[in-house]
Amino acid sequence: MIDFGFHITPSGTLNLDDVDQKTVDTLSRADYGFRTCIACGSCTASCPAGVFSETSVRQAILSVLNGKDEKALRLLSSCMLCGKCLMVCPRGINTRHLILSLQKQFEG
Amino acid sequence: MTVPFLISQVSSPEIIDRIPGAYDHFVLPFCIGMVFCLCWLGVGLVRVLANLSSSDRKDLLLSFLNPKILWKDIKDIFCDCLLHLKIWQRKPLLGYMHSAIALGWFLLIVLGHLEVWLFAPRHLYLDNGALFYPIFYRYFIWMNPGHTTLRGSLFFFLMDLCLLYVLSGIALAVFKRFRSKLLGMKHTTKPSLMDRVALYSLWGIFPLRLLAESFTADLAGGSFLTLPANALLRYLFGENLYFLPWWWAYSICLGLFFVSLPFTRYMHILTEPLLIVMRNAGIKVRHPRKGFAEAEIYACSSCGLCLDACPMNVQKKNLRFSSVYFIRFLRRHNEKKINRIADKCLQCGKCLALCPVGVDSPAIRRRQRAAGNDPLPFDYSALKSPVPAGGEGKVMYFAGCMSHLTPRIIKAVLEVFRKAGEEFVFADEDGGICCGRPLMLAGKDRAAREVIEANRKMILESGCTTLVLSCPICLKVFREEYNLDGIEILHYTEYMDRLASRGRIIIDRKAVSYVYHDPCELGRGCGIYDAPRRLVEASGELRKAGKEGDESVCCGGSLGSLTLNYEDRGKITAGALENLLANNPDRIVTACPLCLKTFSDATPGVPVVDIAELVAGDTV
Repeated sequence: MIDFGFHITPSGTLNLDDVDQKTVDTLSRADYGFRTCIACGSCTASCPAGVFSETSVRQAILSVLNGKDEKALRLLSSCMLCGKCLMVCPRGINTRHLILSLQKQFEG
Repeated sequence: MTVPFLISQVSSPEIIDRIPGAYDHFVLPFCIGMVFCLCWLGVGLVRVLANLSSSDRKDLLLSFLNPKILWKDIKDIFCDCLLHLKIWQRKPLLGYMHSAIALGWFLLIVLGHLEVWLFAPRHLYLDNGALFYPIFYRYFIWMNPGHTTLRGSLFFFLMDLCLLYVLSGIALAVFKRFRSKLLGMKHTTKPSLMDRVALYSLWGIFPLRLLAESFTADLAGGSFLTLPANALLRYLFGENLYFLPWWWAYSICLGLFFVSLPFTRYMHILTEPLLIVMRNAGIKVRHPRKGFAEAEIYACSSCGLCLDACPMNVQKKNLRFSSVYFIRFLRRHNEKKINRIADKCLQCGKCLALCPVGVDSPAIRRRQRAAGNDPLPFDYSALKSPVPAGGEGKVMYFAGCMSHLTPRIIKAVLEVFRKAGEEFVFADEDGGICCGRPLMLAGKDRAAREVIEANRKMILESGCTTLVLSCPICLKVFREEYNLDGIEILHYTEYMDRLASRGRIIIDRKAVSYVYHDPCELGRGCGIYDAPRRLVEASGELRKAGKEGDESVCCGGSLGSLTLNYEDRGKITAGALENLLANNPDRIVTACPLCLKTFSDATPGVPVVDIAELVAGDTV
């Protein structure tokens, strides 16, 4: 490999080949819309739990895609399943089903 | 002059035992079927009762001692199991069919036993053929010619009349099997193999009874149906009719029906009284399979009225998610299918509203969801529900999550408050905690309990006396789970209707026509149908939708469904809109933020407004 002089700091390295794709597969099966997320943030903006805590469906989806399942789970722990994110999603993603599927996978 | 018709003056017996031992081998198939069925039912009953919690069992026992509940039990069993009033009200032909078979058969049994009690009472003892004698009474007797009394003739007439009544029901049932649409059903269920066995034997029982009794009518007596039939048979086959095969066939048919009964949908005939008694005792579903749920599962008649009711069935592929199949798979313990069906449901409650038996399948689905989802993790420690200041003795307005998504409703409600001069506090102006209903719909009961407690504490501490809600989803859970003693909980349509009736707001009527959409949670959920309609009628002309009231169609946005996707929801919305626009109204008006958003997003071609906006805009 040619050394251009650029370096990635070890703490920021994310090798997607090493990431377990199981969660991504499970969520894709639950609702394929999961793959169509454009990270617009409408869900996070409308979230009532987001007012009080760091709850974000958008970040959770990105975290799952980056293999950070634990973080995704933590980001959704305050979710009250009120469904506002589902109503505002421009891609029609069934967010409630995604959240339940994610929690179920780690419970089982 | 003697009066020959009075029994007391008849010296020789009217009825003589034709078969001295009062037994013939042909009764065996019926007896075997009956004994098998009774044993199976006994075991089933013990199993249902054993799986009830001890408090439920106590409630059930106490309900039998309460004359009010007992009277309701008797009334419900008579109206629902025999007369089938609920079906009569919606589909008269279907109602006639069901009541003809149920009430007719019941009367045949009762009158048959009464006849034996009057004319051959010793045969009502178990050692003297009590099990079968009243059923095959006409085979065993010989009518003493010239000694028939009016009483005897009356029974002959009544029995023939009842038989005709049942036969007319059976004829309709056979017709319905092939042409259900003409009786008002678009979709019917597919019967299973055992269902077919029972179905065909049920169809066979009464024509065979007619034949058997007609063959013996010259010996054992008959009336307007059996006597002419007997004359015809004698004309066709000669004076000495060989009638035994028909009694065998009748008995075999009965036996077959009773042996197959426990494995078929016809279990509903025997389970429905149990369900009614348990429901009236106030027992609720606690487990998706055991105890009360088992009674509900077996009480399902698999009639398929829920197929046409379900809003999902605008698409034929969704028929398999209907309540009738959910119950069927629960009965068959098909776990994979049960979970899929349980998660798909919109929880709109229309199947329950239309169910002639009243099987609360939405509740069973929620229990099934809870079995998987209740243990899921949650952490609500960061959530806060700040107590609004200065709420003592005032009205509190709780908008809820969905109203915050449709701020036009909030603006309109506040406008009405202002115009009416009401002093109020706004509970969740800067955000708040969800009411807990969506969590309950998803089966996360522990989590729901936690948010309910947080909100409850906030409301009680505020000191308000009236709580006004703009979301029916919130309303349902506030009324059913919050236990806010001393605080009146109102939907804003009820509140505004009250303001209008007391003259605190005056609504100016405009020349606009509206159709009102009953939101599921407001109508079927909380039983509020009239207050919103009065408000709409005050502002303009109210037109009828295709289906409304407790038959209204879910908008498709319901939070009840966990797995329904965007496209399928869109189809439901389109179906609901078609239903609403049946009479070409200028505007669609609704009373739920979720319905408002769903309909608005679907761009139906006419404006969609909320009642609050209507009232706010038209109040002078």
